[in-house]
Amino acid sequence: MDTNGAYILRVEDLKKYFPLRRGLLGRGIAHVKAVDGISFAVRRGEILGWVGESGCGKSTLGRTVLQLERPTSGKVFFDGQDLTQLGGEQLRRLRTKMQIIFQNPYSSLNPRMPIGRALIEPMVVHGIARGKQAQERAIELLQLVGLNPYFINRFPSEFSGGQRQRIGIARALALNPSFIVCDEPISSLDVSIQAQIINLLQRLQQQLGLTYLFISHDLRMVQHISDRIGVMYLGKLVEIGPTEEMVHHALHPYTQALWEAVPIPDPEVEEKRQVAILEGDVPTAANPPSGCRFHTRCPYVMPVCREEEPALVELAPGHFAACHLHKR
Amino acid sequence: MPLLQVEDLRVHFRTKDGLVRAVNGVSYELEEGDILGIVGESGCGKSVSALALLRLIPEPPGEIAGGHAYFEGQDLLALKRKELYGIRGRKIAMIFQDPMTSLNPVMPIGEQVAEAIWVNSSVSRREARRRAIEVLAQVGVPAPAERYKDYPHQFSGGMRQRVMIAMAISCQPRLLIADEPTTALDVTIQAQIVELVKRLQRELGMAVIWITHDLGLVARVARRICVMYAGRIVEIGPIKEVFSRPQHPYTLGLLASVPRGRTGRRQPLRHIEGAPPDMISLPPGCAFQPRCQFCAEECLQEEPSLVALGDGHLAACHRLGRLPVEALAPKVAS
Ligand SMILES: Nc1ncnc2c1ncn2[C@@H]1O[C@H](COP(=O)(O)OP(=O)(O)O)[C@@H](O)[C@H]1O
Ligand SMILES: Nc1ncnc2c1ncn2[C@@H]1O[C@H](COP(=O)(O)OP(=O)(O)O)[C@@H](O)[C@H]1O
Ligand SMILES: [Mg+2]
Ligand SMILES: [Mg+2]
Repeated sequence: MDTNGAYILRVEDLKKYFPLRRGLLGRGIAHVKAVDGISFAVRRGEILGWVGESGCGKSTLGRTVLQLERPTSGKVFFDGQDLTQLGGEQLRRLRTKMQIIFQNPYSSLNPRMPIGRALIEPMVVHGIARGKQAQERAIELLQLVGLNPYFINRFPSEFSGGQRQRIGIARALALNPSFIVCDEPISSLDVSIQAQIINLLQRLQQQLGLTYLFISHDLRMVQHISDRIGVMYLGKLVEIGPTEEMVHHALHPYTQALWEAVPIPDPEVEEKRQVAILEGDVPTAANPPSGCRFHTRCPYVMPVCREEEPALVELAPGHFAACHLHKR
Repeated sequence: MPLLQVEDLRVHFRTKDGLVRAVNGVSYELEEGDILGIVGESGCGKSVSALALLRLIPEPPGEIAGGHAYFEGQDLLALKRKELYGIRGRKIAMIFQDPMTSLNPVMPIGEQVAEAIWVNSSVSRREARRRAIEVLAQVGVPAPAERYKDYPHQFSGGMRQRVMIAMAISCQPRLLIADEPTTALDVTIQAQIVELVKRLQRELGMAVIWITHDLGLVARVARRICVMYAGRIVEIGPIKEVFSRPQHPYTLGLLASVPRGRTGRRQPLRHIEGAPPDMISLPPGCAFQPRCQFCAEECLQEEPSLVALGDGHLAACHRLGRLPVEALAPKVAS
């Protein structure tokens, strides 16, 4: 993997375990292995889509990458610096370059703070701008995300869901970041509003040269927006590659099952489609299956899958999968 | 005669901020064994219009302000509460997004299903129990006899939804109303539930009203589609017809805003500007008018009513047949 600046972010064997209290007499501490040894890199200026079923660890990954939660182990290189080794002022300074957009912007906005102040405050705190200059920048930010600056003194509650997400995006942009984790940014929005926000995110990415880790469970939207896609299952990265490859030539049976399950918004196509249903439930993250974690649901399960965890290997240029079916 | 005939249904809520016209003159028909998908953005009245059929609207603040809903010839909205018991759960059953709101958390699931069977038919307790196990097996609950005594919290979200479906179909209803039953589920589990309901629909020959905001899902499930906006139906018709030749600008906008594979690198999606209206102060004329790119003078004056376009396709728009044709074709890609 080259390190000459093509990659803005490199994650190495990242783990985040949460302690779990089991019963009163539980001996030893059990863990939820929310992120369990994940390695990947993000190219400067790309949109890396990230999918997987709820509870598989997507949000934890996003937060741990940004050091909003400290990893259990592993490394996260941002612009060549290992964030896991940094603390205090150094980390704080780098953090301005990395931001996050949440599913529910309302919960991350202070209801008693006018939106203008919500934008200005981080600029002042991080010494980026103050006074009149900060005010002007706030106005610019509002225009950038398609909100009328006339509303600068209004409160979050006075805006619709889609507008609030625009405010959340403006706030993430206030510190001039280069990398943004978008954690389900459209999941709580209505269909007609989702497209607005996706178009906005896409325009900003191009205009400002941003890099996104775009987390979503909406596979069609991820396909639409991403240059590459990573697929997670129970704390593991099971496949990652260029979008077209991931959609049309998926190698991991789980990735294949995900695409199979997503309905196509065309009744003519759906009528003729024989959907291969993936049986069974998603196992709990607290007690993942042995070997390949997907083996309990995999239609192609082999004895080795129950015993041995498959490694993530490159099977086509830039296309990696962790599956015993594919031995190089 | 259709199985269900809804005429000019109106439901209001009196809130401290004003009167919410949640359902504002909804009319449609549903044939025996048909599958109608109801789509629209949140708050447009999908759930309320369905709940009203079973008179499950909380009153107050709600009120069925008008209309009829003929089911097998009887007006559900005019029946006495007592007469409704013969229909609710027996002839019309309903499943919801969150099964936990309908399941009793402190009662074993098998007993809940048996109870539903016992209440709704004249069988013995023992027979109800036997049938409960049978119907649990039918909906794909593994080892139903062993799991009979398990409580709802011991089941996954997908399994709880199966239990709900078991209760709903236990009396072989003629109509199943499914209000976003898969919205909270993961995509692979959603696919399982959808296949299950489709299979049961075929086996039992029941009609289904499936409420969703997911246009992909409705394409998979429904034979007819009803598009709602701000408490009204703006378009209704056979699903293939509506998807291939949408007539209302809102339907058109919705269909164009869903991604259909890549339309070339970095192509923006078509989207609808603005946001759905405040249901307390609806705009004058057509409720969609403030967001409509084809809005004309007449649209500000009068509310359009549904116009039949043939083959059971209806749309409510003043500018029907006068919209720019190229705009009506959603972009399609791989
Ligand atoms: N703060 C926490 N404490 C304990 N467990 C957690 C915490 N955050 C997440 N988890 C667990 O980690 C797993 C992954 O969660 P999450 O990252 O939120 O998944 P996703 O975003 O893919 O839905 C889940 O099993 C979740 O319950
Ligand atoms: N109990 C209630 N009190 C007041 N307003 C309600 C109530 N239930 C629903 N409404 C209003 O009725 C409208 C339609 O709601 P609903 O049918 O639930 O929408 P959806 O299409 O999302 O299912 C919404 O504007 C909602 O705010
Ligand atoms: Mg999450
Ligand atoms: Mg609803």
